[in-house]
Amino acid sequence: MTNTEPLIQLERLGKSYNSNCVLENITTSVNRSEFITLVGTSGCGKSTFLKLLLGTEAVSTGTLSIAGAPVHAEPSPDRGIVFQRYSVFPHLNVRQNVALGRELEDTRIFGRQFNAKRKQTMEEADHWLKAVGLQDAADKYPHELSGGMQQRLALAQALLKQPQVLLLDEPFGALDPGIRKDMYQLVLKLWENHRLTIFMVTHDLAEGFYLGTRLWVFDKVRHDPHEPELYGSTITYDLPVDERGDARRLVEDTLTNELNKDIPQKAAL
Amino acid sequence: MSRSRRWINAQPSMFLKITLGLLPFLVLLLVYQYQSDARKAENPKDKLLPSFSEMSAAVDRHAFQPSKRTGQYLLWRDTASSLTRLLSGIAIAALLGLTFGLATGAFPMFDALSTPVITAISLIPPMAILPILFIVFGLGELSKVVLIIIGISPFITREIYLRTKEIPAEQLIKAQTLGGNSSQVVFRVLLPQIAPRLIGAVRLSLGSAWLFLIAAEAIAATDGLGYRIFLVRRYLAMDVILPYVVWITFLAFVLDRLLILISQKSFPWYHDD
Repeated sequence: MTNTEPLIQLERLGKSYNSNCVLENITTSVNRSEFITLVGTSGCGKSTFLKLLLGTEAVSTGTLSIAGAPVHAEPSPDRGIVFQRYSVFPHLNVRQNVALGRELEDTRIFGRQFNAKRKQTMEEADHWLKAVGLQDAADKYPHELSGGMQQRLALAQALLKQPQVLLLDEPFGALDPGIRKDMYQLVLKLWENHRLTIFMVTHDLAEGFYLGTRLWVFDKVRHDPHEPELYGSTITYDLPVDERGDARRLVEDTLTNELNKDIPQKAAL
Repeated sequence: MSRSRRWINAQPSMFLKITLGLLPFLVLLLVYQYQSDARKAENPKDKLLPSFSEMSAAVDRHAFQPSKRTGQYLLWRDTASSLTRLLSGIAIAALLGLTFGLATGAFPMFDALSTPVITAISLIPPMAILPILFIVFGLGELSKVVLIIIGISPFITREIYLRTKEIPAEQLIKAQTLGGNSSQVVFRVLLPQIAPRLIGAVRLSLGSAWLFLIAAEAIAATDGLGYRIFLVRRYLAMDVILPYVVWITFLAFVLDRLLILISQKSFPWYHDD
């Protein structure tokens, strides 16, 4: 297929659990290299939408296709993921964590590589560690890393597989404001350098405007006061974020203020 | 005057901590010595609370003099037999527990198939089926090892099952997005993380393993630490029983320490948290 065709197409997509309708009637398409940020109140279905893309939940109605093929309801290497926590393997050091994605391509049962192949994989892992700024921590275990460094590692793991779509599930929600600022720069740099297609769920509207090229707001358009579970959410706003410069400055100011608020409090202790 | 600390905040210094720890042992020894002396004063042939010199003589007889009947050094022979039974029972139980615990924890289909029957088996009191083991496996080594296996493998299985379930789903999903198939997820993600937890489960089951070993040896054996103490009980030989009990306790302690050490050396990422 050509690059001008949309990478992801959604046709009257819906998701419900028994009688509880979470998502309904979503029709849209996403091109390669778009950076979609998903926002909305908690329980609005933005995380459920990400699970449909990831394949941990199955589509109930309508269709969801990536590169022309309907998504298989199981995670696979064409869709990379970074969760808020627990995305890295505690028993492997940083380099082994990244190398795992390549090692699993060999020996179908044990997923290990040896000798020259292994050496090549480790070099490739180091390349990705450098891309996320973790080259000096290659021999450490995840518990020795800060929260921000663990998320960098999770990104490197996902990037090694060069997925068609990168999914981020509130990846910076547990980080300090200062660290978050660095992570924004990293994600934007990776997105630009590797022409990634990214979906990111966030509860922070400013973050959504700051990072995305397109911001989706999930909300319900129909309400039944007697049966609140009858109708699901849909994309109520699909905003192109063209003037990212302004939004970025706003967010940088907010984060800097937050940071400054933090410092005198800590100093006073 | 400085305010005194509340008791819930008072921390002992290193020296005080060691002293306090040793104190109860010292008190126990002194109380024993006093009671033993008191009984000996009344009846020099008292066997219930033998003096320390009697006990050391008994240790000397069993550990450093060949037995008059068989020419063997009884304590070492008993120790070797008991440890062989104990360790082979624990090793097989650990392997069984790991296999079934991991398989039920990792594969929902296998979970549905085998968890009900494993739960039912784990509810059988192992001692109640000891007669069956003696009938089926005879009075030899096998039935004693099997008792230990039946006694502790349900616990290890359950423990490994729970620990496997505890591994965050995020990791399993992540591994699949890295291209992992079922077997690769088991061998590269689950098994390495379960290994230190298996050592933990084995440590927790050591006490029961000793219990089943000594029970089996008490009933049918021709050597072993449990056999010996139950044999000499007929002669009220407390001078042999007490040192044997101390020796068994010491072995249990060493085994436990050894397992911690192996775990710390092999899985530093698990212990540094």
